[in-house]
This record gives sequence, C-alpha cells and structure tokens, in this order.
Amino acid sequence: MTSPDSQVASSPTQRLRDLTRHRLFWPIVVLIALLITSAIVSEVRNFQPFFSITVREGGLYGPLINILRYGSVLMLVAVGMTLVIATSGIDLSVGAVVAVSGAMACLWISRLDNENSLGGVLVAVVVALGLAALLGAWNGFLVAGIGIQPIIATLILLVAGRGLAQLITSGQIITVNSGPYERIGGGFLFTFPVPVLLAAAVTAFAMLLTRRTALGMMIEAVGGNAEASRLAGIGARRIKLLVYTFSGFCAGVAGLIYASSFKGADGNNAGLFIELDAILAVVIGGTSLAGGRFSLSGTVVGVLMIQSLTTSIYAMGVPPETSMLFKALVVTAVCLIQSPAFRAKVTLGRRRPGAPPPPTPAPAEKAEVAA
Amino acid sequence: MTEPILTMRGIGKQFPGVTALSNVDFRLLPGEVHALMGENGAGKSTLLKVLTGVYSVDEGEIELDGRPLRFGTPLQAQQAGISTVYQEVNLCPNLSVAENIFVGREPRWLLGINWRAMRRRATELLARLQIDIDVSADLGTYSLAIQQMVAIARALDVEAKVLVLDEPTSSLDATEVAELFRIMRQVKQSGVAIAFVTHFIDQVYEISDRITVLRNGRLVGEYLTRELPQMQLVTRMIGKELEVLDRLEEHQAKRSLAALESSRPVIEARELGRRGAVAPFSMTIHAGEVVGLAGLLGSGRTEVARLMFGADRADHGQVLVDGEPAGVRNPRAAMARDIAFCSENRRTEGLVGELTVRENVILALQAARGWTRPIPRRRQDELVAKYISALQITPANPDLAVRDLSGGNQQKVMLARWLITEPRVLILDEPTRGIDVGAKAEIQRLVVQLSDGGMAVLFISAELEEVLRLSHKIAVLRDRRMVTELANDEDVDADRIMETIASGAQS
Repeated sequence: MTSPDSQVASSPTQRLRDLTRHRLFWPIVVLIALLITSAIVSEVRNFQPFFSITVREGGLYGPLINILRYGSVLMLVAVGMTLVIATSGIDLSVGAVVAVSGAMACLWISRLDNENSLGGVLVAVVVALGLAALLGAWNGFLVAGIGIQPIIATLILLVAGRGLAQLITSGQIITVNSGPYERIGGGFLFTFPVPVLLAAAVTAFAMLLTRRTALGMMIEAVGGNAEASRLAGIGARRIKLLVYTFSGFCAGVAGLIYASSFKGADGNNAGLFIELDAILAVVIGGTSLAGGRFSLSGTVVGVLMIQSLTTSIYAMGVPPETSMLFKALVVTAVCLIQSPAFRAKVTLGRRRPGAPPPPTPAPAEKAEVAA
Repeated sequence: MTEPILTMRGIGKQFPGVTALSNVDFRLLPGEVHALMGENGAGKSTLLKVLTGVYSVDEGEIELDGRPLRFGTPLQAQQAGISTVYQEVNLCPNLSVAENIFVGREPRWLLGINWRAMRRRATELLARLQIDIDVSADLGTYSLAIQQMVAIARALDVEAKVLVLDEPTSSLDATEVAELFRIMRQVKQSGVAIAFVTHFIDQVYEISDRITVLRNGRLVGEYLTRELPQMQLVTRMIGKELEVLDRLEEHQAKRSLAALESSRPVIEARELGRRGAVAPFSMTIHAGEVVGLAGLLGSGRTEVARLMFGADRADHGQVLVDGEPAGVRNPRAAMARDIAFCSENRRTEGLVGELTVRENVILALQAARGWTRPIPRRRQDELVAKYISALQITPANPDLAVRDLSGGNQQKVMLARWLITEPRVLILDEPTRGIDVGAKAEIQRLVVQLSDGGMAVLFISAELEEVLRLSHKIAVLRDRRMVTELANDEDVDADRIMETIASGAQS
C-alpha cells in the first residue's frame, strides 16, 4: 500500500484540519468559550473584571485563580480516575474516600494536645493518606484479586466509606482550629494557592509515572485487551491494584484539601457526587470509558471546563435550585459538540464529504425504491 | 451469457494515507459462486464492505438488477437483497438459534413475539439446508461450523439475491467445509449469486465458477475457474513467481530426526494434562526441532499449546525446561523460561488493537523487564524497524494502530513481539490462518530459519500440508488425546496422518 497523501500534509488548510482533528481541539474550544462567556457575564452583570489577577498578602487572587483553586479537589480525584478508567475499570468510591480522609485527618488533629503543632499535623496527614491508599488498595483487591466487576466493587466502598467516615467522626462534624492544617486548603506557597500546587504536583507525578516508565503503555494494554496482555506476560492484577491504590491516594489528598478549607470534617457532604464530575471530566478529556488509551492532559482540560462551568453558573446568578439542571444541559451540549458522529450529522445537510457528484440523479431515492 | 445481477464499476475507496481500492470492477452472475482472491491488503475485504454498505464508496457505481444503488448502511444493503456472513460469526451466542435467525424481524402476533411460529420457521429454514438441530438451544452451545450455517440461513431468509461469504471456512475443519460447500451449491441452484473470499486455493477450485483477482487495491482480472491453472492464479495474486515453498521442503528434509534428538530436549511435557481440556500427554522438543501438531478442530491442539505456555493451568503433570521442572503456572513464568506463544486468536488474545505497531511489538519484552524499566525509545525504534523490515510488515509505519493492519501483517506483528524476546521455545498456534499465500510462505520460511538457528518450535496448523512441510516429527491428536507421535520421514504423508486421525490407532 502506498500513502500518496503524505506530501500535502504541509499546506495551511491541511494543517488547520489536523489541528481541528486533534483530540483536545474541541474541549479546549469549549473551555475558551466558557471562559469568555463567564468574563462577559462577570463584567456586565457584576461589573467585575474576570481576567484580572491581583497579588494580596503574598497570594494570587482573581476569578481565574478561583477556578484553579476550587478545581483542585476535582483535579486530584480525576487524575486517579483517569488511570482506573484506562484499565477499563471505574472507581465510584472516590467521594467516600474524600470524606474518610478528611475525617481521619480532623479526628487526629482534634486529639492533639496542640492543634498547631506542625509535627502532629504531618502525622495526621500521613495517617489520612495511608488510610485512603489502603481503601484504594481494597478496591484493587476486590477487582483484581477476587474478580468483582469494578462498578460493583467500588460501589461497596461508596456506601461503606460514608459509613466509615461517620464512624470516625461519630456522626458529628469535627471542627479543627489548626494553623498548619488550614494552610493545605487556604495557604499560599510562592504566591500560588497550596491546593493548586498540590493538584499540579500529583498530576505531574502521574504524567511522569505513566509516560516516563512503561506503566502507561501497560495500563493501556490491560484496558485495551486484558487477555492479550496476560498472554504477553503483563501482570494485570498488579497494575490494577496499583491504579486503584493510586486513585484512593489521590482522593485522600483531595479530602485533606476539602476538610482543610472547610476547617472541619463532614462525613455526609464531603466529596458528595464528586465521582460523577470526575468521570465526566475524564470522558470529556478523551479517555474512553471502555478503557485503553488515556490522556491525563485531556483530563486536565476536562476538569478546568467543568470547574469554569460551575463557577460561571454562580457568576451568572442561576438560581441554586436550577443550577444542576443547567449544568447538565451544558455538559450534554459539550459532549455532542465533541462527538465526530454528531458533527457529521449536523453538517451532512450542507455537504456530503468525499462523495462525488452523483452519476444519476438522486441515487439515494432509487436505492430506497429498490429496497 | 446471462446478465449480471450485480455490477460494480470503477470502484475507488480511500482511507487516510491509503488508497484501498482504485478503479475496481466486479460483477456477479446469478447462480454462480464467484471467488474474490488476493493477498492480504489487496482490497478484498474493502470491496466487500463497500458492497455490503459498511463503507461508502468514494468513486464508481454499483448496480443491482440494473438499478443504481448507493448504500448508507448495512441494513439498506440487506434490504436491497445483499446478505453477508462475515469471517468472525457475528451473531449473539447467548441467544437461541431461532432468535438469532429472526432477531430484528421476529414473527409477531397480538401480544408481541410469536415464539412458536419463530421456532417452527427456524426449524423449517434449517431443514431446507438439511441441518437438524434444536433451534431453542443457545447458539453458543453449537460448533463454529453450525453457527456459520445458522448465519447463512439467516442471510438467505431475507430474500437475498447476493450472498457474501467473507472467509467462511477459516475456522472450519474438513468435514465442516464439505458441509458448507454442499449448502453453497444448494443456494446457488436457487439463482442466488455468491461472492466468496478464502485463502484456501483448493477450496476455490472445488467450489467456485469464476475468480476475480485483486492486487494492491487494483483489479488484475476476472477468469473462469476452469480456465485458470492454480499456479497462474497464485502468480497473479502475488505478482511474482513462487518457488519458495518447493525449496523449503528440500531443505527441511536434510536434517535427520535422530541427530536432532541426540541432545537433551529443551522443553518436555511430562504427563501434562488438564481435565476437560486435554488428557495427559508427554512430548519433547529439542533445540532446532519443529514439532507439528495435527488433528481436527477441537481435538485439543490449542489446549496442548496453552498448557505448555501456562496460559491455562495444568492439573496433571509438569513442564520441564532443560530437564528441570519449570513451574509454568502462568504466562509470566513461562516467559521467564524463554517460552513464547502466539495465540490462534490474534484479535482477542493476541494484539491490543488500539495500540500502535511499535507498542504491540515491544509489549512482551517490556512486560518481561517490568514497567519500572522502560525500553529506551531509541532501542524500541531499532527493534521495531528491524522486524518491520525482516518480516516485511506493511505499511511499514510503527506508529499506526495495529487494528488498521491486514490479518497477515497483524500476524507478523505477533511474531515480531515474541521474536524480540529471543525465546528458546516458540509455540505457534495457527500462525498462517486467514493470511494470504505470500505471507504464509514468509512465515513458513521464518519457522525454518528459526529452527535452523536452534530454536525449538511447536507448530500447530489445520493444514496438514503445512505441518508435513515444516515438522521433523508430528504428534497426532484426536478427541482431546494425543494418540501418536510420528517421525516425519518418507513414508509419512497427509493420507497416513488422516488415517491416524480417523482411526485413532496408536502406532
């Protein structure tokens, strides 16, 4: 077979077409459109400049910074979720793990003699993250070790995890008053909000881990064809155990941020429904729910898109009781715009790409007659 | 001459970067079996997919019964009278036979589906093809051959004028093929035109009336089967003379079994077995030796291979490598002992379709090293480039998704994956199934080369000729039991092996 089209690849129109075919093209277009809409609404409605970033008391502030800051919890959860989904699994328990991790940290800190002791807070963080990773490993064990379907296995922890969080907090909301701990969710480092830096660090770590080693390829192989991977000698169980553990860990970090900015642990509401937003972000980012090829950079775009949508809904003054519905409509539209099949259908009325002028008038109608 | 029922003229089809078909003509006369021949990637499947509405055409026209057609979907093609049975039976194994035949157009009455009428009509339909089975049983409980015939019955019941059979025989054994051919003859009697793709040249001469040959997406010509000698057909398909196969046979005969087996075997199966899969068997393979497995489909050939690789866990006996128990509990353990296994199911057990050629090739080697020690990119490129050129994988683009390659090239990717792990034992389960003559010869030549280089090879094929050509000794399986092992010397031929399979005689 020859490839005669390879020479024309450099023409400008071809380059534009390549650009529009890039898998992140449409998510980024939608993200930019959302930001511009938010900016207009913000300027016109609230008379606030949207794209301004100011430095106050050694920290960056502004609407864009807020998107990053509030998006960091979702970002962390979605990174772990991406790898789980790539193995053709799913992790529904992340919201519950967010709650457990926050509850554990707050419980530990509340029992310290001095809530402001840095050492004590560090131990609390380590304990909470360890517990979160352990819960993730439990998921991995159910999926890879026992062979329960991922959706069922993690559904168990979705329910049980909330119970565990309630148990840890004894059904109360534990409030803490700890300077070092509050910095996790509300502090600044090098003028950047700490949660943003944490999310960026974990994301970068995941990218390096998967693409600088062979882990990414193996995850994709396991997700793409589990039996073929097994016969090629890949330890699919170990890989699954690893990604579920990592997902638990990510949710754990997210839980610390959440509880820290809340200054307390709420076993009921912490991370509620975050698994759905995370799955959505992963899918918008171009990772198939069927597993296989994954894109962490796509997930980043997906998270930013969902978070700017959430933020702009508030900015637009959509009443809270309808905001969920509004969000659903926008997400549906976004998914449709991204779907090549849908775009083809919409543009079909105007032209049929690749079809030569019909040799006889209206051949399609005749085919129907023949049928 | 009668008027063609179907005419395709000047068909062109392009995929990104590839011209799959260019100006191809194809026609079908009523009541004929028309074989579509060509190597892998010649465009046979693409042409059929254009015909059956899976792909839209870029250029050219299609006429059915003198009326121009343009299909948007397979359903439209089916309604126009073009029915298809694909290579991989695409029915639902978890539905009953009757449901499979009538799904989408179930006989109805007042309260929904009329199950009784459905079963009755299914039974009648199959009886017309002289197939007598319980139509309310799940399709999956029947053999592949029966499933295929059910697919044909379904295709015929939709008032087909044209029946397209895309490699229907690739997973059938000899008796099943004979049965299929009986049904095909019956169908063509009724005036239906059959388009037929296969890689078995003997079958073409047995069943077809006319042959159209494609090469590199272009039409080579249309011939009456009886006027085209086999050698010429092959020559036209590959576009060059083929002498490789003859040379092979001479070569392999030179090496005597006794000399090969004087040393300690590289791998030995000692009373290896698994309940429900294959009865305990013993077998040795020495360095530089090719052991062939012969037997009918379902006789336990694949099960033997899977046990020796640890793909299934044995519940009896053990595998020894270099005389020591190797503990091949799973593929990883087998790989650690330098055993490699190419599964017969490239698509489901071999390749990861959405990964690239490069990734698929390095997968096993990378798995052996573990994910923490990635193969450096430059080394990957070297290895992959080496095997793309050594095995002539086309298109020679390591970054193409492997699912976009033709069957033969996918098989070569599988081989490359295992060859870069430098195994000492290579288990090949049907490595030449569903691939064209040229690629088949290349793979056979490769097996000879590898065994010359000292590799121990276990070679499984449904084609006895191939097993005979390559093997130093042949183990015969029958009903999930190894019945005998024959040294492949002068007095062993296909007839002798067929006889052994048929009689089950322990010789």
